[in-house]
Amino acid sequence: MSNNNMKNALASFATGLVFALGLGVSGMTMPQKVLGFLDLFGNFDPSLIFVMVGAIFVHFIAFRMVKKRKTPLLDHQWHIPTKTTITPSLVIGAFIFGFGWALAGMCPGPAITRLPFFETNTVVFVITMLIGILIFRKVDKIFKLNK
Amino acid sequence: MQEDWVLALIGGAIIGLSVTIMLLFNGRVTGISGIINGILNFQKNDMLWRVSFVLGLFSGGVLLRFIYPHAFNGALNISSTHAAVAGLLVGFGTVMGSGCTSGHGVCGISRLSLRSLISTITFILAGVIAVVALRKLGVIL
Repeated sequence: MSNNNMKNALASFATGLVFALGLGVSGMTMPQKVLGFLDLFGNFDPSLIFVMVGAIFVHFIAFRMVKKRKTPLLDHQWHIPTKTTITPSLVIGAFIFGFGWALAGMCPGPAITRLPFFETNTVVFVITMLIGILIFRKVDKIFKLNK
Repeated sequence: MQEDWVLALIGGAIIGLSVTIMLLFNGRVTGISGIINGILNFQKNDMLWRVSFVLGLFSGGVLLRFIYPHAFNGALNISSTHAAVAGLLVGFGTVMGSGCTSGHGVCGISRLSLRSLISTITFILAGVIAVVALRKLGVIL
Protein backbone atom coordinates (compact mmCIF):
# COMPACT_ATOMS: atom_id res chain seq x y z
CA MET A 1 0.00 0.00 0.00
CA SER A 2 2.85 2.39 0.79
CA ASN A 3 4.28 1.74 -2.66
CA ASN A 4 0.97 2.76 -4.15
CA ASN A 5 0.83 5.80 -1.89
CA MET A 6 4.08 7.06 -3.35
CA LYS A 7 2.75 6.50 -6.85
CA ASN A 8 -0.46 8.31 -5.94
CA ALA A 9 1.62 11.19 -4.62
CA LEU A 10 3.62 11.29 -7.83
CA ALA A 11 0.46 11.41 -9.92
CA SER A 12 -0.85 14.21 -7.71
CA PHE A 13 2.39 16.12 -8.05
CA ALA A 14 2.28 15.73 -11.82
CA THR A 15 -1.32 16.95 -11.83
CA GLY A 16 -0.38 20.03 -9.84
CA LEU A 17 2.63 20.77 -12.01
CA VAL A 18 0.76 20.49 -15.29
CA PHE A 19 -2.22 22.38 -13.85
CA ALA A 20 0.06 25.27 -12.90
CA LEU A 21 1.59 25.30 -16.37
CA GLY A 22 -1.89 25.40 -17.86
CA LEU A 23 -2.80 28.31 -15.63
CA GLY A 24 0.33 30.16 -16.64
CA VAL A 25 -0.05 29.60 -20.37
CA SER A 26 -3.74 30.51 -20.30
CA GLY A 27 -3.11 33.79 -18.50
CA MET A 28 -5.17 32.83 -15.47
CA THR A 29 -2.28 33.56 -13.16
CA MET A 30 -2.81 37.21 -14.06
CA PRO A 31 -5.48 38.70 -11.79
CA GLN A 32 -6.05 41.46 -14.33
CA LYS A 33 -7.15 38.92 -16.92
CA VAL A 34 -9.57 37.33 -14.49
CA LEU A 35 -10.95 40.71 -13.58
CA GLY A 36 -11.24 41.49 -17.27
CA PHE A 37 -13.61 38.57 -17.67
CA LEU A 38 -15.72 39.58 -14.68
CA ASP A 39 -15.75 43.15 -15.96
CA LEU A 40 -18.60 42.19 -18.23
CA PHE A 41 -19.89 45.75 -18.56
CA GLY A 42 -16.51 47.46 -18.71
CA ASN A 43 -13.20 46.39 -20.23
CA PHE A 44 -14.36 42.88 -21.04
CA ASP A 45 -11.67 40.25 -21.64
CA PRO A 46 -13.23 36.95 -22.78
CA SER A 47 -10.06 34.89 -22.20
CA LEU A 48 -11.52 32.99 -19.26
CA ILE A 49 -14.29 31.63 -21.46
CA PHE A 50 -11.71 30.12 -23.79
CA VAL A 51 -9.82 28.65 -20.85
CA MET A 52 -12.95 26.92 -19.59
CA VAL A 53 -13.92 25.77 -23.06
CA GLY A 54 -10.47 24.28 -23.60
CA ALA A 55 -10.43 22.60 -20.22
CA ILE A 56 -13.95 21.23 -20.35
CA PHE A 57 -13.59 20.09 -23.95
CA VAL A 58 -10.58 17.97 -23.07
CA HIS A 59 -11.80 16.71 -19.71
CA PHE A 60 -15.37 15.98 -20.79
CA ILE A 61 -14.09 13.55 -23.40
CA ALA A 62 -11.35 12.18 -21.15
CA PHE A 63 -13.73 11.68 -18.23
CA ARG A 64 -16.06 9.53 -20.28
CA MET A 65 -13.17 7.44 -21.55
CA VAL A 66 -11.48 7.01 -18.17
CA LYS A 67 -14.71 6.29 -16.32
CA LYS A 68 -15.31 3.24 -18.48
CA ARG A 69 -12.62 1.54 -16.40
CA LYS A 70 -13.71 -0.38 -13.33
CA THR A 71 -11.09 1.34 -11.18
CA PRO A 72 -8.46 4.05 -11.49
CA LEU A 73 -4.91 2.91 -12.22
CA LEU A 74 -3.57 3.33 -8.70
CA ASP A 75 -6.61 2.81 -6.49
CA HIS A 76 -9.28 0.19 -5.99
CA GLN A 77 -12.15 2.66 -6.06
CA TRP A 78 -13.28 5.94 -7.53
CA HIS A 79 -13.46 9.01 -5.27
CA ILE A 80 -15.85 11.11 -7.28
CA PRO A 81 -18.48 13.28 -5.55
CA THR A 82 -21.95 11.79 -5.55
CA LYS A 83 -24.05 14.59 -4.05
CA THR A 84 -26.83 15.77 -6.32
CA THR A 85 -29.02 18.03 -4.19
CA ILE A 86 -28.84 21.75 -4.74
CA THR A 87 -28.37 23.09 -1.21
CA PRO A 88 -28.40 26.67 0.12
CA SER A 89 -24.76 26.20 1.16
CA LEU A 90 -23.81 25.42 -2.42
CA VAL A 91 -25.34 28.60 -3.76
CA ILE A 92 -24.48 30.97 -0.92
CA GLY A 93 -20.95 29.61 -0.74
CA ALA A 94 -20.52 30.13 -4.46
CA PHE A 95 -21.75 33.69 -4.14
CA ILE A 96 -19.33 34.49 -1.35
CA PHE A 97 -16.49 32.84 -3.25
CA GLY A 98 -17.34 34.75 -6.41
CA PHE A 99 -17.20 38.02 -4.54
CA GLY A 100 -13.82 37.26 -3.08
CA TRP A 101 -12.63 36.09 -6.48
CA ALA A 102 -13.50 39.44 -8.00
CA LEU A 103 -11.78 41.35 -5.22
CA ALA A 104 -8.32 39.90 -5.87
CA GLY A 105 -8.72 38.21 -9.24
CA MET A 106 -7.42 35.04 -7.70
CA CYS A 107 -8.80 31.71 -6.62
CA PRO A 108 -6.91 28.90 -4.84
CA GLY A 109 -5.05 27.46 -7.84
CA PRO A 110 -3.61 30.65 -9.32
CA ALA A 111 -2.80 31.97 -5.86
CA ILE A 112 -0.57 29.02 -5.03
CA THR A 113 0.94 29.08 -8.51
CA ARG A 114 1.82 32.74 -7.97
CA LEU A 115 3.22 32.07 -4.51
CA PRO A 116 6.81 31.47 -5.71
CA PHE A 117 6.82 35.08 -6.82
CA PHE A 118 6.38 36.03 -3.15
CA GLU A 119 4.34 39.15 -3.62
CA THR A 120 2.85 40.46 -0.43
CA ASN A 121 -0.72 40.38 -1.69
CA THR A 122 -0.50 36.76 -2.83
CA VAL A 123 0.99 35.65 0.47
CA VAL A 124 -1.65 37.60 2.38
CA PHE A 125 -4.37 36.12 0.19
CA VAL A 126 -3.23 32.54 0.75
CA ILE A 127 -2.91 33.01 4.50
CA THR A 128 -6.34 34.60 4.86
CA MET A 129 -7.78 31.96 2.54
CA LEU A 130 -6.65 29.31 4.99
CA ILE A 131 -8.12 31.35 7.84
CA GLY A 132 -11.38 31.68 5.93
CA ILE A 133 -11.50 27.91 5.51
CA LEU A 134 -10.92 27.39 9.21
CA ILE A 135 -13.57 29.96 10.12
CA PHE A 136 -16.16 28.21 8.00
CA ARG A 137 -15.28 24.83 9.45
CA LYS A 138 -15.89 26.27 12.92
CA VAL A 139 -19.15 27.90 11.86
CA ASP A 140 -20.23 24.69 10.17
CA LYS A 141 -19.52 22.68 13.30
CA ILE A 142 -21.63 25.04 15.38
CA PHE A 143 -24.53 25.49 13.01
CA LYS A 144 -24.21 22.22 11.07
CA LEU A 145 -24.60 24.01 7.77
CA ASN A 146 -23.14 21.39 5.46
CA LYS A 147 -24.94 18.23 6.45
CA MET B 1 -2.87 40.60 -27.84
CA GLN B 2 -4.89 38.97 -30.57
CA GLU B 3 -3.32 35.59 -29.84
CA ASP B 4 -4.57 35.73 -26.25
CA TRP B 5 -7.56 33.57 -26.98
CA VAL B 6 -5.37 30.90 -28.56
CA LEU B 7 -3.16 30.77 -25.49
CA ALA B 8 -6.24 30.71 -23.32
CA LEU B 9 -7.62 27.74 -25.24
CA ILE B 10 -4.31 25.86 -25.15
CA GLY B 11 -3.78 26.63 -21.47
CA GLY B 12 -7.30 25.45 -20.78
CA ALA B 13 -6.64 22.22 -22.65
CA ILE B 14 -3.50 21.70 -20.55
CA ILE B 15 -5.60 22.19 -17.42
CA GLY B 16 -8.11 19.67 -18.74
CA LEU B 17 -5.28 17.25 -19.32
CA SER B 18 -3.86 17.75 -15.84
CA VAL B 19 -7.09 16.92 -14.03
CA THR B 20 -7.36 13.84 -16.23
CA ILE B 21 -4.08 12.62 -14.73
CA MET B 22 -5.57 12.89 -11.23
CA LEU B 23 -8.69 11.07 -12.38
CA LEU B 24 -7.00 8.25 -14.26
CA PHE B 25 -4.36 7.45 -11.66
CA ASN B 26 -5.97 8.40 -8.36
CA GLY B 27 -9.64 8.28 -9.25
CA ARG B 28 -10.16 11.75 -7.85
CA VAL B 29 -11.50 15.09 -8.99
CA THR B 30 -9.17 18.06 -8.76
CA GLY B 31 -11.05 20.48 -6.57
CA ILE B 32 -8.22 22.64 -5.28
CA SER B 33 -10.20 24.21 -2.45
CA GLY B 34 -11.24 20.71 -1.38
CA ILE B 35 -7.71 19.39 -1.57
CA ILE B 36 -6.46 22.21 0.65
CA ASN B 37 -9.41 21.86 3.00
CA GLY B 38 -8.55 18.19 3.38
CA ILE B 39 -4.97 18.98 4.33
CA LEU B 40 -6.34 20.86 7.32
CA ASN B 41 -7.85 17.62 8.60
CA PHE B 42 -4.32 16.36 9.22
CA GLN B 43 -5.33 12.77 8.61
CA LYS B 44 -2.15 10.72 8.18
CA ASN B 45 -3.48 8.42 5.45
CA ASP B 46 -4.88 11.31 3.47
CA MET B 47 -2.11 13.86 3.55
CA LEU B 48 0.49 12.71 1.04
CA TRP B 49 -1.45 13.01 -2.19
CA ARG B 50 -2.90 16.36 -1.13
CA VAL B 51 0.38 17.92 -0.09
CA SER B 52 2.01 16.51 -3.24
CA PHE B 53 -0.59 18.24 -5.37
CA VAL B 54 0.01 21.59 -3.69
CA LEU B 55 3.76 21.10 -4.06
CA GLY B 56 3.16 20.36 -7.72
CA LEU B 57 1.26 23.63 -8.15
CA PHE B 58 4.00 25.51 -6.36
CA SER B 59 6.70 23.80 -8.42
CA GLY B 60 4.80 24.67 -11.56
CA GLY B 61 4.91 28.26 -10.42
CA VAL B 62 8.65 28.03 -9.91
CA LEU B 63 9.06 26.54 -13.38
CA LEU B 64 6.94 29.29 -14.89
CA ARG B 65 9.14 31.89 -13.23
CA PHE B 66 12.04 30.60 -15.29
CA ILE B 67 10.46 29.62 -18.60
CA TYR B 68 7.46 31.95 -18.81
CA PRO B 69 7.70 34.81 -16.32
CA HIS B 70 5.15 36.75 -18.39
CA ALA B 71 2.58 34.63 -16.57
CA PHE B 72 3.22 36.70 -13.45
CA ASN B 73 2.34 40.04 -14.97
CA GLY B 74 -1.09 41.45 -14.48
CA ALA B 75 -1.00 41.97 -10.73
CA LEU B 76 -3.71 44.16 -9.31
CA ASN B 77 -2.85 47.39 -7.59
CA ILE B 78 -4.74 46.69 -4.39
CA SER B 79 -3.96 47.08 -0.71
CA SER B 80 -3.01 44.18 1.51
CA THR B 81 -6.23 44.67 3.44
CA HIS B 82 -8.14 44.34 0.18
CA ALA B 83 -6.25 41.11 -0.59
CA ALA B 84 -6.89 39.83 2.93
CA VAL B 85 -10.64 40.32 2.65
CA ALA B 86 -10.57 38.58 -0.73
CA GLY B 87 -8.74 35.62 0.75
CA LEU B 88 -11.17 35.32 3.64
CA LEU B 89 -14.16 35.32 1.31
CA VAL B 90 -12.57 32.82 -1.08
CA GLY B 91 -11.59 30.47 1.74
CA PHE B 92 -14.94 30.69 3.46
CA GLY B 93 -17.01 30.56 0.29
CA THR B 94 -15.23 27.67 -1.41
CA VAL B 95 -15.55 25.38 1.58
CA MET B 96 -19.16 26.38 2.16
CA GLY B 97 -19.92 25.88 -1.51
CA SER B 98 -17.94 22.66 -1.78
CA GLY B 99 -15.66 23.84 -4.54
CA CYS B 100 -14.15 26.48 -6.76
CA THR B 101 -13.27 27.03 -10.41
CA SER B 102 -11.28 23.80 -10.72
CA GLY B 103 -13.59 21.50 -8.83
CA HIS B 104 -16.92 22.83 -10.01
CA GLY B 105 -15.98 24.77 -13.11
CA VAL B 106 -13.74 22.24 -14.81
CA CYS B 107 -14.25 18.84 -13.21
CA GLY B 108 -17.88 19.19 -12.19
CA ILE B 109 -19.17 20.57 -15.47
CA SER B 110 -17.11 17.98 -17.39
CA ARG B 111 -19.03 15.23 -15.66
CA LEU B 112 -22.33 17.07 -16.16
CA SER B 113 -22.95 17.74 -12.48
CA LEU B 114 -25.93 20.04 -12.01
CA ARG B 115 -24.55 21.18 -8.66
CA SER B 116 -21.33 22.25 -10.34
CA LEU B 117 -23.10 24.00 -13.16
CA ILE B 118 -25.21 26.00 -10.72
CA SER B 119 -22.20 26.76 -8.56
CA THR B 120 -20.17 27.95 -11.53
CA ILE B 121 -22.94 30.17 -12.85
CA THR B 122 -23.42 31.57 -9.34
CA PHE B 123 -19.81 32.41 -8.61
CA ILE B 124 -19.35 33.98 -12.03
CA LEU B 125 -22.51 36.00 -11.52
CA ALA B 126 -21.30 37.06 -8.07
CA GLY B 127 -17.99 38.11 -9.57
CA VAL B 128 -19.65 40.20 -12.24
CA ILE B 129 -21.89 41.89 -9.68
CA ALA B 130 -18.90 42.49 -7.42
CA VAL B 131 -17.00 44.29 -10.17
CA VAL B 132 -19.99 46.49 -10.95
CA ALA B 133 -20.34 47.31 -7.25
CA LEU B 134 -16.61 47.95 -6.78
CA ARG B 135 -16.68 50.26 -9.78
CA LYS B 136 -19.59 52.22 -8.36
CA LEU B 137 -17.79 52.45 -5.03
CA GLY B 138 -14.71 53.75 -6.78
CA VAL B 139 -12.53 50.84 -5.70
CA ILE B 140 -11.83 49.89 -9.31
CA LEU B 141 -11.11 52.48 -11.97
